[in-house]
Amino acid sequence: MHLWIIPLLPLAGAAINGLLGKRFSRALVSAIALGSTAAAFAMALWVAAQFLGLPPDQVPHIERYGTWLSAGPFSAEFGIYLDQLSLVMMLVVTGVGFLIHVYSVGYMEHEGGYYRYFAYLNIFMFFMLTLVLANNYLLMFVGWEGVGLASYLLIGFWFLKKSAADAGKKAFLTNRVGDFGFLIALFLLIKHFGTLQYDSLWPLISKYPVETGAAGLLTAIGLLMLVGATGKSAQIPLYVWLPDAMEGPTPVSALIHAATMVTAGVYMVARSHLVFNRAPDAALAVAIIGTLTAIFAASIGIVQTDIKKVLAYSTISQLGYMFMACGVADYVGGIFHLVTHAFFKGLLFLAAGSVIHGLGGEQDMRNMGGLRKYLPYTFWCMTFATFAIAGIPPFAGFFSKDQILWSAWSGGYHVLWVIGIITAGMTSFYMFRLWFLTFFGDYRGPNPEAAGHAGGSHGHGAPHESPWVMVVPLMILALLSLVGGWIGVPHVLQGSDHFGSFLSPVFNATAATAEGAAEQGESTTELAFTFISVAVGLLGLLAAWWLYYKRPELPAKMAKAAGGLYIFVLEKYKVDELYGAVFIQPLIALSSTVFWKGIDRGLIDGAVDGGAAGAREVSDEMRHMQSGNIRSYAGWVAIGAAAVIAFMVWRGVR
Amino acid sequence: MNLINNNILTIVIFLPLAGAILLLFFPRRHRDIRYFALAVSLITLLASLHLPWYLVRGQSGFQFEENIPWIAHPNIHYHLGIDGISMWLVILTTFLMPMCVLISWNSIGDRVKEFFILMLVLETAMIGVFVALDLFLFYFFWEATLIPMALIIGMYGHGRKIYASVKFFLYTMIASVFMLAAVIWLYAKTGTFDFVDIQGKIQSGQVAGFEHAAFWLFLGFFVAFAVKVPLFPLHTWLPDAHVEAPTAGSVLLAAVLLKMGTYGLLRFNLGLFPDQSRRNAPWIIALAIIGIIYGALVAMIQPNIKRLVAYTSVSHLGFVVLGIFSFTQIGMDGAVYQMLSHGISTGALFMLLGMIYDRRHTYDIGEYGGLATPMPVYATFFAFIMLSSVGLPLLNGFIGEFMVLSGAFQAKQLYGILAATGVIWSACYLLWMYQRVFYGNVTNPVNNSLRDLSARERVSLWPLAIAALVMGVAPMLWLHSIDPAVAATLRQFSSVVQAHAAHAPGYLSGADVARNGVQAVLQVIGR
Repeated sequence: MHLWIIPLLPLAGAAINGLLGKRFSRALVSAIALGSTAAAFAMALWVAAQFLGLPPDQVPHIERYGTWLSAGPFSAEFGIYLDQLSLVMMLVVTGVGFLIHVYSVGYMEHEGGYYRYFAYLNIFMFFMLTLVLANNYLLMFVGWEGVGLASYLLIGFWFLKKSAADAGKKAFLTNRVGDFGFLIALFLLIKHFGTLQYDSLWPLISKYPVETGAAGLLTAIGLLMLVGATGKSAQIPLYVWLPDAMEGPTPVSALIHAATMVTAGVYMVARSHLVFNRAPDAALAVAIIGTLTAIFAASIGIVQTDIKKVLAYSTISQLGYMFMACGVADYVGGIFHLVTHAFFKGLLFLAAGSVIHGLGGEQDMRNMGGLRKYLPYTFWCMTFATFAIAGIPPFAGFFSKDQILWSAWSGGYHVLWVIGIITAGMTSFYMFRLWFLTFFGDYRGPNPEAAGHAGGSHGHGAPHESPWVMVVPLMILALLSLVGGWIGVPHVLQGSDHFGSFLSPVFNATAATAEGAAEQGESTTELAFTFISVAVGLLGLLAAWWLYYKRPELPAKMAKAAGGLYIFVLEKYKVDELYGAVFIQPLIALSSTVFWKGIDRGLIDGAVDGGAAGAREVSDEMRHMQSGNIRSYAGWVAIGAAAVIAFMVWRGVR
Repeated sequence: MNLINNNILTIVIFLPLAGAILLLFFPRRHRDIRYFALAVSLITLLASLHLPWYLVRGQSGFQFEENIPWIAHPNIHYHLGIDGISMWLVILTTFLMPMCVLISWNSIGDRVKEFFILMLVLETAMIGVFVALDLFLFYFFWEATLIPMALIIGMYGHGRKIYASVKFFLYTMIASVFMLAAVIWLYAKTGTFDFVDIQGKIQSGQVAGFEHAAFWLFLGFFVAFAVKVPLFPLHTWLPDAHVEAPTAGSVLLAAVLLKMGTYGLLRFNLGLFPDQSRRNAPWIIALAIIGIIYGALVAMIQPNIKRLVAYTSVSHLGFVVLGIFSFTQIGMDGAVYQMLSHGISTGALFMLLGMIYDRRHTYDIGEYGGLATPMPVYATFFAFIMLSSVGLPLLNGFIGEFMVLSGAFQAKQLYGILAATGVIWSACYLLWMYQRVFYGNVTNPVNNSLRDLSARERVSLWPLAIAALVMGVAPMLWLHSIDPAVAATLRQFSSVVQAHAAHAPGYLSGADVARNGVQAVLQVIGR
């Protein structure tokens, strides 16, 4: 099927815009960037159609394009592995990616470095497609690192701002810590299986028994992969970079830091389900990390006032749900939530971007309010997304989140379910808080009338709706946030769960058991749990309505009552400060004081220079050598050689 | 064709020297001198490309051999030859030389003629080191690199150039003396300086007293090479030499001269003393890993940007040593690849630093900041090369690093794990440095008026940028010939080691080495 064309299309766009874009008009830059992405999406759709026609024994469809590197028996190749999982990922990446490219044309209209922005965005598409389509772990790692690079470049896009440059660097370095774990996992795979090719690995791994009782090789590999995943997907303890990443342009936050890149860790865990299925301890670690991250990030999200920061913590929290799903072996649920999340969270960011755009860069929700009037389309799109993430039926998020929670309960992870359901309530609460604060009540920003009159030349004027090029992608995503979940309506709600049955060949064993369990007459219980999660979502809505619409003076009082606790949560539990004090500052002090000044300068050079100074005459001789006289150097060589030969003779070398 | 094949190595070695001699008779007009030096370096590059074109892949032993008696007494031969390892180091040298000429175009204003003569003499000596198969000839070329480099630093450097030059000279020379002693011992016992002959004689046990002397011989070679690499804690000459050296000197120092050390370890220490290599591997690997981490951490906090890059060499070359002493195919392949790759990346980094030095005459990071605004092209090249050095996949640095780490991990998991922390450190020092130099607003008004790269500067950078990309995407172009050569080295190594392993004691720990040393000293004193 010539699948290689799909990732190379955006790469070509990036190369053209990156090398020549400076001389191009904005229209041409947009045409190249959008054209290459649209072509990739179109081809992905065509591939999907072809794929559905493939007989089951030809799935996965693998294409090989030659060896990348080989040493002795080890080799890795350029190749593509297309199965249901990578197909879904490819469609999400190209589809949502294309919409965000379109949106960016409007959002970045007034910004400098236009060509640079689109070159970076295209290169991100290339690496993300490499990540999901690769047919071996090494090539996945290429994409893995590459999206990290794109993220670094785009977070720091406004590099004149120190905070932006700092945030980009922080993202890259935090991810490198995760990559370290990923790399070690790869080394373990190479050492024990001799290959990183999926199609060679799967049969080898399948031969391993489930590591119950004693943790073994697969548990180690799984845990190390989890380390990698916590970096890329912003889970505890490496989540700290994602909130800072909001320094990047908002479409970037939508594409990279919500819809696609940050889900790479989930994809990796799902791709490696054979490992995790045989390593229950590692799988449990995934579930626990995910669940803890979900509630932890949600608690921070409740008190943030920056609209993008709320969404950032929400993303961390939702990724936690996906990890929880994978950890309890409901990979289908994890990927399902990944897809719906890509729609509604991408939309939330884009809508927030539309708000920020409409307010001339304002991100603080305390200065918003009442925007329903000014940005009606954005408001309605945001409404769809908010209902979707809050888990209110029939919006998309309801189906996927409910499936995860049900899997947690039915898999026997009752504690995780409890935390998950509490988090669901919190999610609904902070999202409706955002919704009410932004769109309801009175406008709290600078007086729009005054600004409108006085500001014509400099000020931004009244809040305004965004141009069509931004609004249309919002509408498409809003539609998807509504209907996107209908592909996976569970049997208990009289649906047929197309999504689950589509993906089940990938995760064959687990899906069968899940369905088996579901059909064991538990449908009444499942229905009851569905009602609980809907009720919790509505409860969150109600609470937000009470606090931020009905009695808007209450939250401030509550914050005051909570006192130090509130400040502690507002300041993100001081984790950044903790990492700084425990890791970064000691490391710099160690490098500077002990290593450089102590060992290098003091000990080693001190000994060397001291030896030289001790023999002042010798150093005087050396000063003669400064003349640059070649003969004297040659003389030194000769003298040295002669001395050695004399020594050897004296010692009686035979 | 045979005529060329039989003489190509001599041609490649002595083309630059012939150019240097011709330069002696040139009038002192700078323009002509530069163009002539550029032409000589380009012709040498073209001539050297004959080697990969006609190398027979997978053929064991050395190729393009030339072996004629040179001096009858002592028995010294003019013996040259290459395999898939040394060939690429020759190409690396000839490839970088034209860039070094270009980068010195305007920055060398005084004594231009002498400068280019020294550069060309240096090129001859460097190539000679990689192709010599006679130990005396090797030693000759080895020492011959020292003089022009010391002069280049001492005459054309800046700041404390004399201190740096002398430090460089003495460090390397004193260490080389140990190698000379070992070479002479071998000659005394075997009656030949020929590498291949000596290797055969050692393996067949024809060298009397070898078992006793083996450790000291190993150490003699090792010290000479370890200083050159440089291996922790013998590295402190390097930052000084780099900081004060002119740009072309730094490029060749980092890209080629350091590789002479790692090449020597691979060819001579492993080739002649396989069993000793195996037994001493643990403490050598320990030093290499310390170098990887220590070099990176010290680099991170340097206020001087050139010193920073110099320390990164300590870190990157630690990977090479680690790969060699992992004694695995993938690790040693990676080590050779990392040698080439480091030559490209760090060579390019030093060229970039030279360009900014030409403009501002300072390496102090604090003097810069916000350079991306006045110099976007420069910033882009810098970012690209930085990423290649950080080990971003699809660029050159990743391949070598990944293979070395994988090999080290196979040898012993702890090695791989400790060394792999390098992926974090390298990102730390380079990204932090990049931010301080390029991001933010221009803090120093002088920098506002900096002009971006000239056409000549861009021409000298493009080949390196392209090489970095091609080496990352299509490493097989190189690995096809490296892999068999490494396999041959490793085969020989394993056969000897297995023969020994049956009755020889195991690894030497650091404590053993210290004990051996103390005993030796006591013996000498006791006499």
